[in-house]
Amino acid sequence: MPLVTIDDIPVEVPEGTTILEAARMIGGDIVPPAMCYYSKLKTSGGYCRTCIVKVEQGSAKDPRPMPKPVASCRTTVMDGMVVRNITSPENLEARAGVVEMLLINHPLDCPVCDQAGECHLQDLGYEHGKEETRFEFPRREFEPIDIGENIKLHMNRCILCYRCVKVADQITDGRCHGVVNRGEAAEISTYIEKAIDNDFSGNVIDVCPVGALTDRTFRFKSRVWYTKPVDAHRDCAKCCGKVRLWNQGEEVLRVTARKDKWGEVEDTADGSTAWICNECRFDKKHINDWTIEGPSKIDRHSVISANHYETTLRNIKADTIKMMGSKPHGDKVTLGTGALDPNNIH
Amino acid sequence: MSKKLLLKNDHVPYINKLSVYREHGGYSVLEKTLKNTSPENVLEEVKKSGLRGRGGAGFPTGLKWSFLARPEGVPRYLVCNADESEPGTFKDRYLMERIPHLLVEGMILSSFALGANTSYIYIRGEYFYVARILEQAIEEAYAAGLLGKNILGSGFNHDCYVQVGAGAYICGEETALLESLEGKRGNPRIKPPFPAVAGLYGCPTVVNNVETIAAIVPIIEMGGEEYAKIGVGKSTGTKLISASGHINNPGVYEIELGVPVEEFIYSAQYCGGIRGGRKLKAVVAGGSSVPILPTELILKTANGEPRLMSYESLGDGGFATGTMLGSGGFIVMDEDTSIVKNLYTFARFYHHESCGQCSPCREGTGWMEKILHKILEGHGTLKDIDLLWDIQSKIEGKTICPLGEAAAWPVAAAIRHFRSEFEDYVTNPESIKDIKHYYRLQN
Ligand SMILES: Cc1cc2nc3c(=O)[nH]c(=O)nc-3n(C[C@H](O)[C@H](O)[C@H](O)COP(=O)(O)O)c2cc1C
Ligand code: SF4
Ligand code: SF4
Ligand code: FES
Repeated sequence: MPLVTIDDIPVEVPEGTTILEAARMIGGDIVPPAMCYYSKLKTSGGYCRTCIVKVEQGSAKDPRPMPKPVASCRTTVMDGMVVRNITSPENLEARAGVVEMLLINHPLDCPVCDQAGECHLQDLGYEHGKEETRFEFPRREFEPIDIGENIKLHMNRCILCYRCVKVADQITDGRCHGVVNRGEAAEISTYIEKAIDNDFSGNVIDVCPVGALTDRTFRFKSRVWYTKPVDAHRDCAKCCGKVRLWNQGEEVLRVTARKDKWGEVEDTADGSTAWICNECRFDKKHINDWTIEGPSKIDRHSVISANHYETTLRNIKADTIKMMGSKPHGDKVTLGTGALDPNNIH
Repeated sequence: MSKKLLLKNDHVPYINKLSVYREHGGYSVLEKTLKNTSPENVLEEVKKSGLRGRGGAGFPTGLKWSFLARPEGVPRYLVCNADESEPGTFKDRYLMERIPHLLVEGMILSSFALGANTSYIYIRGEYFYVARILEQAIEEAYAAGLLGKNILGSGFNHDCYVQVGAGAYICGEETALLESLEGKRGNPRIKPPFPAVAGLYGCPTVVNNVETIAAIVPIIEMGGEEYAKIGVGKSTGTKLISASGHINNPGVYEIELGVPVEEFIYSAQYCGGIRGGRKLKAVVAGGSSVPILPTELILKTANGEPRLMSYESLGDGGFATGTMLGSGGFIVMDEDTSIVKNLYTFARFYHHESCGQCSPCREGTGWMEKILHKILEGHGTLKDIDLLWDIQSKIEGKTICPLGEAAAWPVAAAIRHFRSEFEDYVTNPESIKDIKHYYRLQN
């Protein structure tokens, strides 16, 4: 088994393991952030470049360093490889550069975004970003569109991680969802705004790391940190039926798949991924539809598990103001508690 | 002295016709090779020739071919990269337009060496009329038994197809090209695997530039060793240079590698000097992606040696004082040229052509264009120049494909060598607006 050293910590991993997966085996702060890689989706990763690391020594056989930072999610380890992530200031600087790029065109509309509190871009910005933006131009804008009855696409927030494209490709049939246009003008789209009509299409919501794809049946019902996540199941003919309910009192506000500490949909007992079907996700909104197992354990060190909802909210606002710098971004975002009131949203 | 191997018959009337091409010795190399030589020998000659890829990166062709995986029962492909979209580069077009059969002969020869029974010429969409010329040549070749089953009784079967792209620079990147050829969105693939192992339709594939493949014909004709005697050092053979900009004789020139840059610019045989007798200001020597160099550094290296038209000499000094031969797109700028304006044009191009897969290139190219526009409009600050520098450094080396570098390098080089001009734009925008010549590039 190849032995790889990441930030001075050695770990032995099976042949073919990527640097990122090896780092996840070690755990803790040395795990590179991954915005596009998704272990349950084939060919994912490589796009966002947030997971870049420095390879100081290629392998025991060929100890030369790699000339450029590599995407840890797409680079397999070699025996004797030496990798630097957080112990390389140069690497952290390069990553901060990537994070800045992801944020320059982001609308920073966290106060009105349903993903706030469980958004990987928010986490990334806090942990790896710089204090303020140096981008002073109008941000790229798209009109939000409905992809069918249940899914909303806010292209402004998309980071083009291609995860939803892989879901559409790999777990739904009759794919009609992909990327159109090029470069900065590239957008996620369905074929001529066709509704995605497929039993498993709702999973694009769960894989989206940001608030670009959201559940229309949950829109503006509540902030995620005012809901209580519980694990529940039902007998479902189409999927595993094992879900997470996001409740307020007796009311089921949202149904999602269960996610692990990397923010990915969990595996079921038989090792397959616990994707859920649209019926469970969108139509079973009554507490009696479900057998409750108990409160969900949320592993991810994200803001939802921090339990300091108010602080979190304050941080988001402060951060938004900071990131917007001297030029508040138009009048689309109302900063203030009012922003949480759905009636206040334009 | 100029030795012509590729363009020796480019002015013969109707050389695009098979009969005329054959009258001038065309396809005799193929005939001899198929009769007397083994594929291994062809590969050996190519290795000996020291030929380096003419598409931009200069990777040794023989070595590339020897990497081609050869699993049993799996087809191998040769793909010719005729996407030629690098600003300042138009040599492949000239070659295909004038002597299409040279490329076709090269395709068959190379395919024979690689054991490929199918090859594709992927040509940029804007060259649709050139595609027609190639298709006619291929048709003629089929009719003459030079393509198809059992070529010239040798038992070697080969089919060659022309595929027209839709006009995207990124489809010149070899893996984006393969995606496009497969009918998919032209996004570069994440490597590994490399095309030599899993290329077109997942099969082992060699991708070579038009000029590289055409050069195989004279190499086999004269032998690899003889070919290697032409040129200088590891820059063997001849190279097509697309010369453009403020020179008296713009056009495509075949040079022996190693011609001094000064001679290339000023000799009547080549560029014929700067138009209107003006002074030289800067040269982009290898297509828009390579670093721009000011007069003092393009004519002489930092050590004061004459700079030559070769991979090594142009690269001498690294990026601090050198540049690259690249694709041979030689863009000359006279003293009236605005470097800032020119850079803006390049930046706009890369922004437009980024495929958008990876964040630094998708976002960074647009950002750089916007800042350059701001500076050009006279609203820039000194901080913007530093910011530009920082952005290019955040793109370089952090992307999926080299388009990121192609976008970053010109920005870095322009600031490195012409910082004061950027500062002029920032500190004295009014004076710049008054100077007509800063705008001449646009007219
Ligand atoms: C953005 C980009 C555009 C490219 N465009 C071309 C092109 O138009 N023609 C070409 O031959 N090579 C182009 N290349 C280089 C190819 O990827 C590849 O290296 C080349 O075709 C290999 O052929 P060679 O070894 O014969 O040079 C491009 C590379 C990049 C990154
Ligand atoms: S919509 Fe979401 S999942 Fe799809 S590419 Fe954009 S950010 Fe990724
Ligand atoms: S560097 Fe640019 S062109 Fe190349 S894959 Fe990334 S976004 Fe696409
Ligand atoms: S997570 Fe590795 S590149 Fe996006």
